[in-house]
Amino acid sequence: MTITHPRRRVGQTLTALATLAGATIALTGCVPNAAPDAESIAVTASDTDCAVETAEATSGTVTFTVQNDGSTVNEFYVLGANKLTIIGEVENIAPGASRDLTVQVGPGDYFTNCKPGMIGAGVGQAPFVVNGEAVETSQEDDAVIAQYIGYVKSQTEELVPQVQEFVDAYQAGDDEEAKRLFPLVRISYERIEPTAEQFGDLDPKIDYRKPGALEEGIPFTGFHRIEQDLWLDAAIANYSTPEKDHYPKDDLVALTPEERAELGDQLVADITELKDKVAAPDFTLTLADITEGAKGLLDEVAAPDGKLPGEENEFGHTDLYDFYANVEGAQVAFDTVRPLAEANDASELVTELDERFADMFALLDEYGSYDAGFVFYDTVDETQRAELAASLSALSEPMSKLTAAVVK
Amino acid sequence: MVVSEAEATDPAITPTRRGLLGMIGTGVAGLALGGAGGAAVTAAALAGTGADGSSGSVVPFHGAHQAGIVTPAQDRLHFASFRMVRGATRDDLIALLQDWTAAAEQLCRGEALGTGIESEDPLLPPDDTGEAEGLHAGHLTLTFGLGHQLFTGEEDDADPFGIRAKLPDTFTPLPSFAFDLLEATQSGGDLCVQACADDPQIAVHAIRNLARIAIGRAHLSWSQLGFGRTSSTSRDQETPRNLFGFKDGTMNIMSDERAALDAHVWVGGSAPEWMRGGTYLVARKILMTIETWDRTSLLEQERVFGRTKRTGGPATGGGEFEQPDFTATNAAGEPTIDIAAHVRLAHPDQNGGARILRRGYNYVDGSNGLGQMGGGLFFISFQRDPAMFVRVQQSLKPDLLNEYIRHIGSGLWAVPRGIAQGEFVAQALFE
Repeated sequence: MTITHPRRRVGQTLTALATLAGATIALTGCVPNAAPDAESIAVTASDTDCAVETAEATSGTVTFTVQNDGSTVNEFYVLGANKLTIIGEVENIAPGASRDLTVQVGPGDYFTNCKPGMIGAGVGQAPFVVNGEAVETSQEDDAVIAQYIGYVKSQTEELVPQVQEFVDAYQAGDDEEAKRLFPLVRISYERIEPTAEQFGDLDPKIDYRKPGALEEGIPFTGFHRIEQDLWLDAAIANYSTPEKDHYPKDDLVALTPEERAELGDQLVADITELKDKVAAPDFTLTLADITEGAKGLLDEVAAPDGKLPGEENEFGHTDLYDFYANVEGAQVAFDTVRPLAEANDASELVTELDERFADMFALLDEYGSYDAGFVFYDTVDETQRAELAASLSALSEPMSKLTAAVVK
Repeated sequence: MVVSEAEATDPAITPTRRGLLGMIGTGVAGLALGGAGGAAVTAAALAGTGADGSSGSVVPFHGAHQAGIVTPAQDRLHFASFRMVRGATRDDLIALLQDWTAAAEQLCRGEALGTGIESEDPLLPPDDTGEAEGLHAGHLTLTFGLGHQLFTGEEDDADPFGIRAKLPDTFTPLPSFAFDLLEATQSGGDLCVQACADDPQIAVHAIRNLARIAIGRAHLSWSQLGFGRTSSTSRDQETPRNLFGFKDGTMNIMSDERAALDAHVWVGGSAPEWMRGGTYLVARKILMTIETWDRTSLLEQERVFGRTKRTGGPATGGGEFEQPDFTATNAAGEPTIDIAAHVRLAHPDQNGGARILRRGYNYVDGSNGLGQMGGGLFFISFQRDPAMFVRVQQSLKPDLLNEYIRHIGSGLWAVPRGIAQGEFVAQALFE
């Protein structure tokens, strides 16, 4: 969390313009009515694998028939080339049951994935290639919104077990492992942060930084409280500067195992509550929520208390993970509304955003990756930070035009 | 050598070298014309003409209230905060205020200090730093304030200058506000000087020379340049725009609203004598995330303020000075003026009728290494009780505007009543 302010509620006045999508709407990509004789691909889901009969298809309407041979309820996803955008999803496949997922797909690279237990990162992720002609899609607003809600849900489902693993290490006193997991566990959260911020009191508990919590008079908890405990020496040094002279120093002591237990348990509970709220039937978003959320993610990177100035993870200096995740989150939101923008004759804007995202990722890639690790942000000098800032601005500027291109 | 009457009769007050030098000009002026009303006339005569070619660019320094509060807001600001040096005594403080007063009288008349831009001996540096030579008065006003620590010491357990007994009950430090990200290096201070003028060079010259005079007794702690006044204090002035591009301070108290000024700005009769006719100055350095704002849709910008960008009229219709209708709803049944719009939360109706006199300025401190403009609003308000500001600020907690701003500096000072001819700033505090 970077911005310690009342949440942007820009979508409110636009509500009437966008059809609300209830979570009860079946998430079937772009096709409300699939041809009954369409090509069908068998998928065998288990607790450990996700076997798709063929890894290729021809563009157009494609149906997956998913058989759950595992012991737990399962989900099946078709993901975009970035492995994050959800093209289609079918959930609640009981053990022994079979359900169909029908999607309309153009040529390109995709991924398939199962999620046994409907939680975690999933199993058996595999590439899936679509060849053939481009397809004309008639994207509906509510289908786009449902698609994005599905993505938000999937991110929170990944988050819960990751946070549990992180908290386990922290509570067990395995500081090295907890420090290693800290930036990784935040990825899914940072991708969907604007959504989390819609639940007014959850984000402050999960992701407030120390100054925000102090000044708002709420307990300092969540990721950054644990960060302060894990990197205590850095925290003490940081709060010894003249600029931060007026902050209380009494919390700059190592937490006891009991305090760690309480703090960690609360984070798990808060994240679980987030997952449940996102999954609730009455959870809805508007198109403007999605597009403004994308802009908001980029704004948070650039904020005075954000990642670009290195304030987000002021003790651990793992800001580049958050930076990358924020940009990914913005890209998924953009990707989800892309067909609407194209249908509204905003192809130039779409092309520009594609190029800017590519440039931004290319530059970030120079600093590492989730798998290999990003360099610590305190080693990124002023010239490099300015270069990152310039690339981010180049992306943010056209992003400010996306809402107008999508909401008609 | 001419020493004013008050100084000559008060044995506790010993003029310093700089003070004496500074007083030369005062004395000459006093002798030449004398009388409280003489200062402005004298200054205009000495300065020749005003900055605009007329003789009207002098704002009288003396009066019942300090200048620079209801004075029609000049376009430029240099605001400075000072801390007393360690070990400074009551006499040091008195001497400083005397020296500042003498210098302020000259500066506000557009005169050079002491020996002017030359020195009696070429081996000496000149008394006046010189950069305002030939610029005349430029409507310079200098407004002086005293910080809480001056009365209580840093730990609130002392009386370093023997004035604790005269601390007004209402003068308590500001509380923390939600979303404050204050930097200690841009907050607080024992003394403040607000210099406003038509020309930035005149305002800077004033602060620079006052800081120089303070050396050895008080030290410049932080200061701020401002431009493009963001408030009107007179109906003759068009309501200006802040760096968000919106008209700001439309509901401000104007200098001709005498009843409102007495009710909201000037400290009344129950206060210690030295503060009667004074006021409290709140300064807040408010950083705007300008780049983020510039990427925000017009719809959102106007929703945040609850006003239209072009005319400054409320979202419920009418011109700039039309009263907002907070009960109006749109077709969807939602309030036309958002429940968290700035105009709603800051409105006197939402704050028990509390009104404050605003006198803020835009600022840009260059840019940072990330290519972001370091700009925003240097907010200044005057009110008869700090609690009035606290009330308004606390009601701004849910303000939509908070998304785009950060409060990074803060200060509160008691501004003593106006200075009579022959008096020095806050003289009654030491009697």
